[in-house]
Amino acid sequence: MLQYLVKRLLLLIPLLIGITLISFVVIHLAPGEPTDLQTQMNPQASAELQERLRVQYGLDQPLYVQYGKWLSRLLQLDFGESFATDRRPVFDKVTERLPVTILLNILSIVLILAVSVPLGIISAVKRNSGFDRTTTVFVFAGFAMPSFWLALLLMDWFGVRLGLLPISGLKSLGYEYLGWGGQLLDRLSHLILPIFVSAIGGLAGFSRYMRSNMLEVVRQDYILTARAKGLSERVVIYKHALRNALLPVITILGLSVPGLIGGSVIFETIFAIPGMGKLFYDGVMMRDYPLIMGILVMGAVLTLLGNLLADISYALADPRIRHSQQGEG
Amino acid sequence: MRFPLLGALLLLLLVACDNPETTSLPGVEQALTPEYGDTFIEASIGDASTLLPVLASDSASSDINGLLYNGLVRYDKNLVIEGELAESWQISEDNLTITFKLRKNVKWHDGVPFTSADVKFNYELYIDPHTPTAYAESFKQVTSVEAPDPYTFIVHYDKPYAPALISWGMSVHPKHLLEGQDVTKSPLARKPVGTGPYKLVEWQSGEKIVLESNPDYFEGQPYIKRVVYRIIPDTATQFLELQTGSLDFMGLSPLQYDRQTDTAAFRRLYNKYRYLNFGYTYLGYNLRRPLFQDKRVRKALSFAINKQEIIDGVLLGYGVAATGPYKPDTWVYNPNVPRYDYNPEKARALLAESGWSDSDNDGILDKDGQKFSFVIVTNQGNDLRSKTGEIIQRRFKDIGVEVKLRVIEWATFLKEFINPGNFDATILGWSGGPEPDQYNIWHSSKTGPRQLNFIKFENAEVDKLLEEGRRVFDQQQRKAYYDRFQEVLAEEQPYTFLYVGEALPAISKRFRGVDPAPAGIRYNFTEWFVPKAEQKYSR
Repeated sequence: MLQYLVKRLLLLIPLLIGITLISFVVIHLAPGEPTDLQTQMNPQASAELQERLRVQYGLDQPLYVQYGKWLSRLLQLDFGESFATDRRPVFDKVTERLPVTILLNILSIVLILAVSVPLGIISAVKRNSGFDRTTTVFVFAGFAMPSFWLALLLMDWFGVRLGLLPISGLKSLGYEYLGWGGQLLDRLSHLILPIFVSAIGGLAGFSRYMRSNMLEVVRQDYILTARAKGLSERVVIYKHALRNALLPVITILGLSVPGLIGGSVIFETIFAIPGMGKLFYDGVMMRDYPLIMGILVMGAVLTLLGNLLADISYALADPRIRHSQQGEG
Repeated sequence: MRFPLLGALLLLLLVACDNPETTSLPGVEQALTPEYGDTFIEASIGDASTLLPVLASDSASSDINGLLYNGLVRYDKNLVIEGELAESWQISEDNLTITFKLRKNVKWHDGVPFTSADVKFNYELYIDPHTPTAYAESFKQVTSVEAPDPYTFIVHYDKPYAPALISWGMSVHPKHLLEGQDVTKSPLARKPVGTGPYKLVEWQSGEKIVLESNPDYFEGQPYIKRVVYRIIPDTATQFLELQTGSLDFMGLSPLQYDRQTDTAAFRRLYNKYRYLNFGYTYLGYNLRRPLFQDKRVRKALSFAINKQEIIDGVLLGYGVAATGPYKPDTWVYNPNVPRYDYNPEKARALLAESGWSDSDNDGILDKDGQKFSFVIVTNQGNDLRSKTGEIIQRRFKDIGVEVKLRVIEWATFLKEFINPGNFDATILGWSGGPEPDQYNIWHSSKTGPRQLNFIKFENAEVDKLLEEGRRVFDQQQRKAYYDRFQEVLAEEQPYTFLYVGEALPAISKRFRGVDPAPAGIRYNFTEWFVPKAEQKYSR
């Protein structure tokens, strides 16, 4: 197992370098440079300023030199400074937005799992019943609904008409003066709408997935055996079937690890949440190369680690895989 | 950047506040004595980038910097230059030297006194080749500066330069905190120290920026205690927040102003204002393209566009037709230039005169086997411009001109179309300020790559007028030059000047002392106040 792990980790290195190389080339292929955007169409900015900025940013050098410099800084875990006028380190810009993004994503995944796993099971067990059909319609409607539209409707309804929930942002204005409980309540009330809206689109995929897994498992011989043993339907479903049906969920969870630091621009824009999606989008629009590369690298690392994690936990959870690996290795 | 108007003659933003002694409050409010306290909350679609004015070029940063810093001079409510950090100034007979007398009671936010050494340092900061600033141009005209005593500052020019005085309205930075440092790495970008009416208390990236009134401000402490900029990138969300009363100020869109705020609930909470913006939208023709080299063709296209229809359709009537590059209610505006009111017959006649006819009866004019067909490009993210393009497209079709419209992402738009001159015509806008110098946009020396005369307008008379216009100080004399400049532009039609839009702010009724003027609405912000009984935020 350990040997396998080391092998997998070592394989990640060339893969990562390949990813950064391709990303670096691709983002430089996009027309326009950060310096164009900062100086152009400004009657006060001269052409020399533009040249000076290009030198300052190192954009006057050939692409391979730029890449080499960037990579050597990255190896020292230095993501460089943003090309935006504030010239702040990319690392700071990203880390100040990470907590909120991760919090939202975790809460939303928890909500998705909490709702879609039971939904999927019941839909599978009572296949083609009224409940199954209703939930199918409901989750697909949620999936198909544009999130910005739903968000605005809910904001108008709960925020403006009923005045129950705050519309946007993460904290109220007088947050600092609230007590401990008040602060918690304030935070929660700001999170309700965003989490609901972000979760509703994810229900369809997960519950459908759960449903088809369950259907698959219920058809297996060992379920037949369990039933033949005279076990109650409850035990058959929740003990024998569910455990096996949940296995593929591990893979999905592993794959959603990079999603934890990702965010949606539309969603963050509407709720005025300073998250990763907006940061990345603005970075792309401004051709802020170090920032884009920084976020891409972090995303790539997390994707690769997520895959690895999924494989490992799969092996831990499923003896069949564990044994076949040992056979190989 | 609500409507990302191109360019940023940010001088306009220096209009921050007015002298408390000289203003009387309008109408019924005269009875109320100003009281201190309360918080003013507004939303910005983007976060500020840096609170060092020398580096900032985005509107969010500039708005906030306007409250944190001062310049030597500023525009008053009627756009007349008045002293800010300078108590008075004198311009020498030959217009080559300006001597500023500085105020003596000014302190930086950290308590250090402000002196002429700061001003001298600022000049050096702006022209330092290592400072990546967009505002060095006007200071490059300076030949030397002197600071003979702490409250006198003298500037010398080798040629008279009319925008000189207002160029000293640029924000002044503290020498004692910046000298000998790399300005791009200065911590002041996030912890600014200015002389202005407000100080920064808190900045949470992407979330909010909080300012608090400066009790030692040299014009007296502003009445409103705190100013909060909430970063809300989506205007629909901003509007919802406004309806719940959680915002005190918002620039409305024509649709919101006209249709969505006409409710009793809204009127109870807010006053709405309207006034003309600085800046205009235009259709610019690439004069290097053979198609647009004939003046009659450009005139014909101008006659074919119904400007009023665009204003009604796109701005819901909240704007006026533009006839040239200046705002209609300013001193420099020339009302007597030829107008191009909608006249399709005249357009057809002019096109026929220049040899265009529909010889193959396909509904599109042609000449020497070439169809009259071209592409209008504009940038993505500005709905007003793409809608304007669609209306123009239809009107051009009426006179037999085929137009395709392409909307392109901003960076690509600049790199692939505007910079290499690879476009036929473009719909864009310029924002401006009270200073009429338009040298960078229209002078033939500014047609190089990445320069602003990207339609390649070259006219010897205009060159001369622009050169003369920046050399004289007398307003009447200047007006003569710029009047003629506007006539030539109207005659040549290198752009079809389309419209000047209106600013449509809504301001919470709690705030008194709001007095729209040619300078806009925020120029006297330090005098706004909320009567004690109506104050909403106690902290």
